[in-house]
Amino acid sequence: MNFIENPKKLRGFEKHVRIEKVSRRSILKGLGITGGFVLAAPVMSRQALAYETGAGKMPHGVVVDPRVFVAIAPDGIVTIVAHRSEMGTGVRTSLPLIVAEELEADWTKVRVQQAHGDEVKFGNQDTDGSRSTRHYLIPMRQIGASARTMLEQAAAKRWGVPATEVKAVNHEVVHSATSRKLGFGELAADAAREPLPSIEGLKLKDPKDFRYLTKGQVSIVDLRDITTGRARYGADVRLPGMKYAVIARPPVTGGKLVSFDPAEALKVPGVEKVMEVRGWPWPSKFQPLGGVAVIARNTGAAIKGRDALKIVWDDGPNGKYESVAYRKELEEASRKPGLVVRKEGDADAALKTADKVIVGEYYIPHLAHVSMEPPVAVANVKDGKAEIWAPVQSPGGTREDVAKTLGIPEDSVSVNVTLLGGGFGRKSKCDFALEAALLSKELGAPVKVQWTREDDIHNGFLHTVSVERIEAGLDKSGKVIAWRHRSVAPSIASTFAAGTVHQAPFELGMGLVDMPFEIANISCENPEAAAHTRIGWFRSVSNIPRAFAVQSMVGEIAQATGRDPKDMLLELIGSPRIIKLDSVKDLWNYGEPYDSYPIDTARMRKVVELVAEKGEWGRSLPKGRGLGIAVHRSFVSYIATIVEVAVDDKGKLTIPRVDTAIDCGTYVNPERIHSQIEGAAIMGLSLAKYGEITFKDGKVQQKNYDDFPVIRMDESPLVTNVHIVPPGADTPPSGVGEPGVPPFAPALINAIFAATGKRIRSLPIGKQLEA
Amino acid sequence: MIKIKINGQEQSWDGDPDLPLLWYLRDEAGLTGTKYGCGQALCGACTVIVDKEAVRACITSINDVAGREVTTIEGLHPSGDHPVQKAWRQLNVPQCGFCQAGQIMQAAALLMDNQKPSHDQIREAMSGNICRCGCYQRIENAVHLASTGV
Ligand code: FES
Ligand code: FES
Repeated sequence: MNFIENPKKLRGFEKHVRIEKVSRRSILKGLGITGGFVLAAPVMSRQALAYETGAGKMPHGVVVDPRVFVAIAPDGIVTIVAHRSEMGTGVRTSLPLIVAEELEADWTKVRVQQAHGDEVKFGNQDTDGSRSTRHYLIPMRQIGASARTMLEQAAAKRWGVPATEVKAVNHEVVHSATSRKLGFGELAADAAREPLPSIEGLKLKDPKDFRYLTKGQVSIVDLRDITTGRARYGADVRLPGMKYAVIARPPVTGGKLVSFDPAEALKVPGVEKVMEVRGWPWPSKFQPLGGVAVIARNTGAAIKGRDALKIVWDDGPNGKYESVAYRKELEEASRKPGLVVRKEGDADAALKTADKVIVGEYYIPHLAHVSMEPPVAVANVKDGKAEIWAPVQSPGGTREDVAKTLGIPEDSVSVNVTLLGGGFGRKSKCDFALEAALLSKELGAPVKVQWTREDDIHNGFLHTVSVERIEAGLDKSGKVIAWRHRSVAPSIASTFAAGTVHQAPFELGMGLVDMPFEIANISCENPEAAAHTRIGWFRSVSNIPRAFAVQSMVGEIAQATGRDPKDMLLELIGSPRIIKLDSVKDLWNYGEPYDSYPIDTARMRKVVELVAEKGEWGRSLPKGRGLGIAVHRSFVSYIATIVEVAVDDKGKLTIPRVDTAIDCGTYVNPERIHSQIEGAAIMGLSLAKYGEITFKDGKVQQKNYDDFPVIRMDESPLVTNVHIVPPGADTPPSGVGEPGVPPFAPALINAIFAATGKRIRSLPIGKQLEA
Repeated sequence: MIKIKINGQEQSWDGDPDLPLLWYLRDEAGLTGTKYGCGQALCGACTVIVDKEAVRACITSINDVAGREVTTIEGLHPSGDHPVQKAWRQLNVPQCGFCQAGQIMQAAALLMDNQKPSHDQIREAMSGNICRCGCYQRIENAVHLASTGV
């Protein structure tokens, strides 16, 4: 049976339509049970929305098909598929909620089903880049509206009335002229036989009729399970006959196993086997590092067994990586010209003739994600088939990589996505799932690979380390006439390709080339830096060092010119305008079309003004306290933060209050925006105060939360207030998960300056205030 | 043979007496609500209540709890409606949720000991529990709410 009565109706997408058979799921009757089809292309109808997104350019694009995402059972229970991974942002609730809104479903009768990794079926599933709402608000609305239309058509047929006379209202279709009603469950089977409406003809709800969207009244679907211990994370998967494994990995990136002695490990009660795990040479994307696995009847025994292993490693080419020396290298590189990645006017000449030049050299070290749940995965590889259970941010990518690693077709791999106990970019890399797959294949049994916290810190994909050097030239009147920013940091691309020494466009586009200030002479440069460890995405990525440097420099300029920092900031942002970046060759713009998501300084000014008003900028404070402000655009959202800090005479720092204003365009769930921004303040404070991974002899020197501390409750801000800019009617949605982090550290550092007169240019703060 | 009572049920273990309680609970008894976050008593994700006290299951051996009564998140309340659990839901505390079982057990133990903890007492008592997602403001408010009646 062909669901597409007339594929031509889907104008522009005919070529991409593929029919796929999906096996009948017995429990779910109605929509979604008998088949699925895929539009592996952007489904963005001009008529339905005023903007386009980069969704269609993501691998496998967007699928808009109610039969893939929605099922309605005869009892009226609506099942909606969440195809993105839940790591704490609330996306597993928010996306289905969008569908339910348009479907006119009653949320209490909705169940959420997590999609397995299958991008042909569901479209792109990479849960990263703060993209889920921004890419899926409209597609999810279209999916809900399509299903609603099919239910309405089915009801109209049953009653023999025109479809225009019926209307879905709260889980029923109503014919008000005759006061007839039919529940969704009663209509489901018929609705499934209705033709799929054309996307272009869909009528989306008027936002004023929203019941759920923008209201913030719906709690996350996993709330009860989380509070009762029933929520299932990667570590909680248990299979009959499952073995427990931990792996000793090479302590230096690029190192190799030379030999090992398993004798003592095998004496540990509960240890069953010790075996080598295949490793790949560095760099090789997310492939396992290799090493020695200890297999046991429980994780505790496996850890104890591993402690008893004797292993000889060859450290390889990175055995001399050392953080103090490396920092010097980066600093020296930042003092010489580098690859020019943005140029307006002539900053070099203007700096020479400037009345005053302010130089800031800022250092931000490597950071580890330390998501609360360390990497973990369960695999069962049998008879040429692999089944994976794992907390992965990219289930589709995991499926591809498992297939490649095992040398089996992708069809033979299924990836079940559990809840993620935090992700922050670490779980975009599926190395831990690949390890489990390799081990299970060799053991012929299901196996769980558990990373310890030490493993997580020693063998992760760290946030880069960078020196950001900014020189600002001022004329006699104190106006900034020149801006030269050199950013030196090993690139994430180095994890994919050997010999990478420059940042990729997506990194340059995070706060370097997209710098928003209105300055006549601008030069952004990227001197070379080679990587000596695995570099990866960390929540907010390069925006962390860039925002820290740029917004600290604003504070320094204000200080040098005796201006109010907020006024200085607004003056630098300049007139409300759409910034043109003609000199930037490859403007990433977070993968979004610039027309829909330009750099709009009016919006940037607005968040600064809003946070200044709500955060009571300029309020008088006792001695030892200060306010700092910073703004940053990232993930196409605009965020400004004011931090109030109190520093006592011993240099102890407390945060009485934080205010953050966010403009993330049209939004779905303001309650989860609040929680993300509250959390971002904690993460920002953690990295500013403590965050530092260092290397010696090629090895990470930290090991756990004692020497890589994160903020605890006793140090957390007393109050964090979040102020959301009400979106304009047509403002496209933008990111929320990541943008909260970057402005925090510079706002804090600017506040510390206000409180103490001390300017911190090197993170973490550590003991710098104690001296 | 070590005998312990977990959530009201007698259990016995004749394996390694030094096995951390955490791994016994999770891998042997199948009670996966208690989480591993650090293994070194640094994060509180593994917090359970032994008799009336919050302990870190990752550094407590099964032998240490022989003959004692262990309560995990699964056994905190028969229907999951302990005042702390209710307060947590009312204030939408969790983000990823991974730390929350430990946070809830710690908070429940605090309230057993001190029915009306002050702001500072809450912050102090809860500071052994890390939340990498940064839910502290809500955790603090939820403990307060639980202590004043949900
Ligand atoms: S796992 Fe026990 S305190 Fe962290
Ligand atoms: S909610 Fe994620 S660690 Fe606390």
